[in-house]
Amino acid sequence: MAVYVDAGTSVIVQGITGRQGSYHTKLMLEYGTRIVAGVTPGKGGMEVHGVPVYDCVEEALERHEANASIIFVPAAYAAQAALEAIDAGIKLVVIITEHIPVRDTMTIIAHAKRKGATIIGPNTPGVITPQECKLGIMPGRVFKRGVVGVISRSGTLTYEIASALTRAGLGQSTCIGIGGDPVVGLNFVEVLEEFLEDEETKAVALIGEIGGNLEEEAARYIASTGYPKPVVAFVAGRTAPPGRRMGHAGAIIMGRAGTAQSKIEAFREAGVAVAEKPSDVARILTERLKGSHESI
Amino acid sequence: MRLLECEAKEILSKYGIPTPTGRVVESPEQAKEAAGEVGCPVVLKAQVPVAGRGKAGGVLFAETPEEAEDAARKLLSTELGGLRVRRVLVEQKIQIKRELYIGVTVDRLARTYVAIASTEGGVDIEEVALRSPELVHKLQVNPILGFQPHHARILAKRLGYRGQQMLSLAGLISRHYRVAEDCDAVLSEINPLVETVDGQFIAVDAHIIVDDSALYRHPELRSEAEGWGLTERELEARKAGLAYVELDGDVGVIGNGAGLVMATLDMVKLHGGRPANFLDVGGGAQMERVAKALEIVNSNPRVKVVLINILGGITRCDEVARGIVEAQRRSPSSKPMVVRLMGTMEDEGRRILAEEGIEAMESMEEAARRAVELAFGGA
Repeated sequence: MAVYVDAGTSVIVQGITGRQGSYHTKLMLEYGTRIVAGVTPGKGGMEVHGVPVYDCVEEALERHEANASIIFVPAAYAAQAALEAIDAGIKLVVIITEHIPVRDTMTIIAHAKRKGATIIGPNTPGVITPQECKLGIMPGRVFKRGVVGVISRSGTLTYEIASALTRAGLGQSTCIGIGGDPVVGLNFVEVLEEFLEDEETKAVALIGEIGGNLEEEAARYIASTGYPKPVVAFVAGRTAPPGRRMGHAGAIIMGRAGTAQSKIEAFREAGVAVAEKPSDVARILTERLKGSHESI
Repeated sequence: MRLLECEAKEILSKYGIPTPTGRVVESPEQAKEAAGEVGCPVVLKAQVPVAGRGKAGGVLFAETPEEAEDAARKLLSTELGGLRVRRVLVEQKIQIKRELYIGVTVDRLARTYVAIASTEGGVDIEEVALRSPELVHKLQVNPILGFQPHHARILAKRLGYRGQQMLSLAGLISRHYRVAEDCDAVLSEINPLVETVDGQFIAVDAHIIVDDSALYRHPELRSEAEGWGLTERELEARKAGLAYVELDGDVGVIGNGAGLVMATLDMVKLHGGRPANFLDVGGGAQMERVAKALEIVNSNPRVKVVLINILGGITRCDEVARGIVEAQRRSPSSKPMVVRLMGTMEDEGRRILAEEGIEAMESMEEAARRAVELAFGGA
């Protein structure tokens, strides 16, 4: 088992003829992801790495079965692409694009909710269930199938922690980048709920950063539900000054809100172990998982 | 992008929201003239995009044009939040009966705009929300339905108004919501919204932050204050499209990916050092971009050592290595460098650096420790 994506996921790539879309289509195909079609308005009839291209999602779905879409469309058009996928009945939409206006993202998410679709992103590296499906731009070889569910707001920091989990022999069940924007389709709590139901996931690594209050919300959820699987958190940005945007649109301390300290304290109060260093995540999880086996 | 008060008020006026009569001036003489024009008593407000301006002495009152001239002289020779005051807004002083707050911001948890109203205007709304949350009224707005007239009436009622005055306030709240939406604001506040002694509502202070990602579709929205408070290096980095934030330490940091770079700064601090900056070269950076990044960090005189942390996914370690070599060729720097390379084309990257006598490490935490040692003068 896994969450969000698995060997049964079949994918449409929106923006497949662009530089990023084409490049990552190739890498996803090499990884083994089932990509059935691509969409770029006006480019219908082409092929990209052997994948047929259509003018619209509806047309692609007339010819192929697909249950997920990944979007590489430039920011000014990405919202339209997402709405098109949702309208066509796609239930999982991963938006890689960065710099989409927040107002557009809010509209996409509201529409997705109405249609029962899940949005991952925007500004996300995507989602990967190792050895089954990579729906994103992450380097595949960093990941190995295992027991830790990973949820993160960042890209490369996730690869850093995932590769440590791989080296420690723990591996990952599914690894989800929720995205670095202020408003994203999935929050930590929703992914924690998925991991709760997933038997393969024995523990969770939660990688947060400054800005917003999704981490605090996750801490409240973990404490109030007595979340049964061990969770280890890492929060980036302890040294970030207030009022400055640290790379990600969402990584900014506004007034008193969104500091690393507030998030770390919330996790500690909720009984969640907080890693001081990225490498501590794998170390603490190894101890926790050994501990839980012994107690069984 | 944060607009100046005078810029925000100009937008509010266009939407039919009353603001005090006023003029923006750049000299004490102009202030005197403006005070005569708008009519004394007046209030003089430094136009700087920083919060807490009033407390910092950026707002002065004057009873006569001569006093206004003195007050403007004072404001124009001060610094607020590290910014030199270049413009002063001279406005008629409003007879206040009550100070309200109205705002629109993004609720990151609900993923909607939230409209906010409170009877506690004129102070920091976050503080009010902490102290007495029952005084801060919030309405989440479904992005598809939008803000409806009854939403505005609900808020106006909750602030305790009835009859014509309630309708007039509700109209203003609706227009303000339209401002936020039309400007792609991530925050728009009128604080205080003053109820005058004769029962009118006037926006006495306003504050709009526009979503940077939406600026491409708002050619009409440009702020005078854009770039104020940024260092030369920050401006240069912005031009080059690099995410760079200067701090006050001595370990320069460059990496790929916002989270990884933030974590690298944190590791520097954990090992007892002080980061000099945040610099994210982004995904898939080519040689030129890396060279530019290194040049910017090296040009900071405070930087004693540079720590480069690359975890290659789309970013190729060999490109990064070439960028490092190129930067050294263009503007040789004697500052020691600690490089961590891992991932795509790692071996080639190491080889390129080794030829130049630069050793690449494998662990980011070890690299951070080493950089801190060097900053302290260790060998």
